[in-house]
Order: sequence, then structure tokens, then C-alpha cells
Amino acid sequence: MAIRERLSGNEAVAYAIKQINPDVMPAFPITPSTEIPQYVANYIANGEIDTEFIHVESEHSAMSATLGASAAGARALTATSSCGMALMWEELYVAASDRLPIVLALVNRALTGPININADHSDSMGARDSGWIQIYAESNQEVYDNFLQAFPIAEHKDVMLPVMICQDGFITSHGVENILLVEDDKVKEFVGEYEPEHYLLHPTEKMAVGPYAVSNYYMETKRAQRQAMLNAKQVILDMAAKFEQMTGRKYGFFEEYRMEDAEYAIVIIGSAAGTCKAAIEEIRATTGKKVGLLKIRVFRPFPEEEIAQALSHVKAVAIMDRSEMFAGSCGPLGAEVRAALFQAKSQAEVVNYFYGLGGRDITVQDFMQVYDNLENIANTHVVTGMYDYIGLRER
Amino acid sequence: MIQDRINEKSPWQDITEGNKIFEAATSKEFCTGEWRTFTPVFHEEKCKQCLLCVPVCPDSSIPVKDCKRGEFDYDHCKGCGICAKVCPFDAITMREGK
Ligand code: SF4
Ligand code: SF4
Repeated sequence: MAIRERLSGNEAVAYAIKQINPDVMPAFPITPSTEIPQYVANYIANGEIDTEFIHVESEHSAMSATLGASAAGARALTATSSCGMALMWEELYVAASDRLPIVLALVNRALTGPININADHSDSMGARDSGWIQIYAESNQEVYDNFLQAFPIAEHKDVMLPVMICQDGFITSHGVENILLVEDDKVKEFVGEYEPEHYLLHPTEKMAVGPYAVSNYYMETKRAQRQAMLNAKQVILDMAAKFEQMTGRKYGFFEEYRMEDAEYAIVIIGSAAGTCKAAIEEIRATTGKKVGLLKIRVFRPFPEEEIAQALSHVKAVAIMDRSEMFAGSCGPLGAEVRAALFQAKSQAEVVNYFYGLGGRDITVQDFMQVYDNLENIANTHVVTGMYDYIGLRER
Repeated sequence: MIQDRINEKSPWQDITEGNKIFEAATSKEFCTGEWRTFTPVFHEEKCKQCLLCVPVCPDSSIPVKDCKRGEFDYDHCKGCGICAKVCPFDAITMREGK
């Protein structure tokens, strides 16, 4: 029987770490992820797990030590947010190109400046090209479930890539929700032991990790890395199926909510999906209008064809970005979903909105307005406010 | 040899995972001496075997055997000229080119 609990998102991740009992966790505190290493340090101090905790002097060192531990053959992980991740930037790319299956518990927070500690996706979206698998959560339950699947995906021999498990700062990380936990023995069996094929502490095998690659080698190395990301798609689905067998909870690249007959769809990542679902229920109950939601769970690898397929029957789509990329045009999710739709020769009208930057609330009312806009655009075929901000004060 | 497994003609499918190299001391096989634009020339008749040049070479390109230095390892010498500067007996001169 699953264990019923009430946990914050940070507690849920820390609990998953306790159940996995990884070998090494180097970490440096930063709001709102600080609690994760703090809880893990407690578990270690209480003798509940034997993870080696490394107190480092910065996030640059935290990720470096995680890489080193992983290259040595350990199952290693760390946690961070926002500017902490920015300080890891260099190592993020190294982790992926060295094909080290480490896991990062990322609690999404706006990047400075202006300085801000609340949720948006500018940290992980900025790292979208670093070669990490990125899996996002709407709720505490999802971030827990995603975390349990992280190491099996990362360590799969066809993948061997680092995985970022993302949740929205404060909204889920500090919000306490009911949660179903998997029993310890089942987690142990699901996650398994890490048995790397090659590692630096191997007693007989000689190995060099991260060698210099001149231009004669660099491009081939990158293409091989791309293959790992392509392979990750099937592995992510396989792990989700295995996880569903264990828990009954279903996961995929995205969640399709009321999409079967939807004419107007929103595409979104993270906790705001919950608010969007409330708007959908309200609209459908009061007006019968066919509104739906595509909540992206896996952003890297990007399930381009699957997204286009899921949106193939809608009249209008609003792609909602929780981070700016200052292209002067779209946001990161907007750019990629629109490209996917274009490639699939979709006839749907598309808008790309920015919302929730620096923790700005988005309400049920806001989402209802978005669906209204979509209906208008679909009827008139005139796209106004292509890159509008939701919830922005304006004169 | 590592070159037998990966070389400049290897297709991407043959690149080891993460470019890892499963051998030690492979830098010996990477002939960085090609980068040289100046070349040290050893004048054995002037050499007193004081060995001052050996430890200053940043590329370990002055081999020593039985307490005596030998000819330069031109596969790895970059022609930086430090050895020539250090030699008190003009036993090393620099020549332009490879
Ligand atoms: S420093 Fe000059 S004299 Fe001394 S060993 Fe080197 S080449 Fe010979
Ligand atoms: S020129 Fe520089 S690299 Fe070459 S042998 Fe002398 S010290 Fe070494």
C-alpha cells in the first residue's frame, strides 16, 4: 500500500533522495532549494542514509564535485535554484558532454536582475541548450514521481545523460500537499543499483574523462550526444510505463487535459497548469466551450512531433511562457511549439503569452481571458497581441 | 593504440561515449610538435651535460638517459626557446621553422 503523507515539494524530493540513498551529494544552499540539502543532511546525521554529503563553497564547486563523483563511479546528485544554477553553467555542459548520469533537483526561481526569489523558468530555460534532460512538474506528487524516475532514465545505457527535475519555487517547493509515497522496498527495486560500465575508480581499467577534442572530433562527439538525447525519448516512456505499473500513476511527454474534443488549447509548463485546469472546468461547465490544456512534462528532449499531433485538431493555441528570452519576439516554449506546428503544417492560429515572471500570480480569471482571446482569434483569423504579457500593469 | 579505435576519420557512431579515452598517457601519441614555428638545435660538442635545460622544458621534450640528455623529442617540442635561454654553454640555438 502506498503511504499517505502531506509534504512540501522540497520535502517530497528530499524523501525521494532518502529512499534512493545515493552515494554522493555535494550542495550549496540557495532559496528556494535550500531545504532539499538541509533535509538530506538531517537524514545523514540521523544515520538513516549513508550518502556522502560534501559541503562546498559555491554552486560552481557543487556541480564540479558532482561531476567528479559521477566520473569516479558514484550515483551523484545536487540541488539548486536560479543564480546557483547560473554559477553551475560551465559544468552543466560538461556533465552532458561527458555523459555523466547525474541528477539535479532544480527548484525554479527567476534569475537576477532585478533580484527576485520567486518562481519563473528563466533558470532552467536558459540551460535548455546544455544537453540536460528536463522534466517539469505541476504538483508535489509529480515532482516526487519524476524524481524517482530520474536515475533510471539518466543511467540507462542508451542515454547516459544528466537529468534536471524541475519544480516551481515556493508554489510547489514550499506548498504542502497530500501526496502518495511509494514504499521503500519498491523504490529500491525501481531505481536499482548503479553499475557503471566505465568509471575512474575501476581497479584495472584506465580511463580519461573529458579530454580535449579538436575540431576533427568535436562535431562527431556532439552528434553522438544528440543520439543519446534522441534515445532518451523511448527510455522516458518506458520508465513512465514501468512507474505506472508500480503506482498506477500515468506519465508521458505531456499531459493532455480535456484535449479529446478541444478547439482552444493552452500549452504550459509547471504549476500554473493546475490553475488552468480550474479555468477549463469552469468554462466547460458554464459555457460548454471546448477548451483544453497541453501540459509539457518533458521539455528536453523536445517531443516535437508528438506535441504537433496532440494539437492537430485545435483551432487556436496559446503558448504560455514563464520566462523571457528577449528575442523581442517569442519565449522559449513559444518558439519551439510554433516551430513544431509549422513543421506539421498546422492550420491553428497561435499566440505566445508571457506570464508569472518573478512569481507574478496567474489566476483562473486570467486563463478564462486567454481562452476568450483564442476564440476571438479563431473567429476573426486576426492575431492581435501576439506576444502579450498576462497580468501586466499597463497604462 | 587509441588511434586504432578513434581517429580523424572515425564516423560519429564510433566516438566513445563522452569522448572518454580508455588508455593512459595517450598525450605521447599526439604529436603537438607540429605546432612549432621555431626549432631548438642541439650542439652536442658544446654540451657539458649540466642538465639545466631538462627541468625547464614545459613539454618534457628533452629526454635523459644514464644521466645524459639526448636529442630533442621533436614530436612534442613546441620551440618555445626556454631551453636555449637557460643553457649556459650555447649548446642550444634556435632556428626559424619546423
Ligand atoms: S643546459 Fe646546455 S649544457 Fe646543460 S645539458 Fe642542457 S644543453 Fe647541455
Ligand atoms: S624549445 Fe621549449 S619545448 Fe622545445 S625543448 Fe626547448 S624548452 Fe622544450
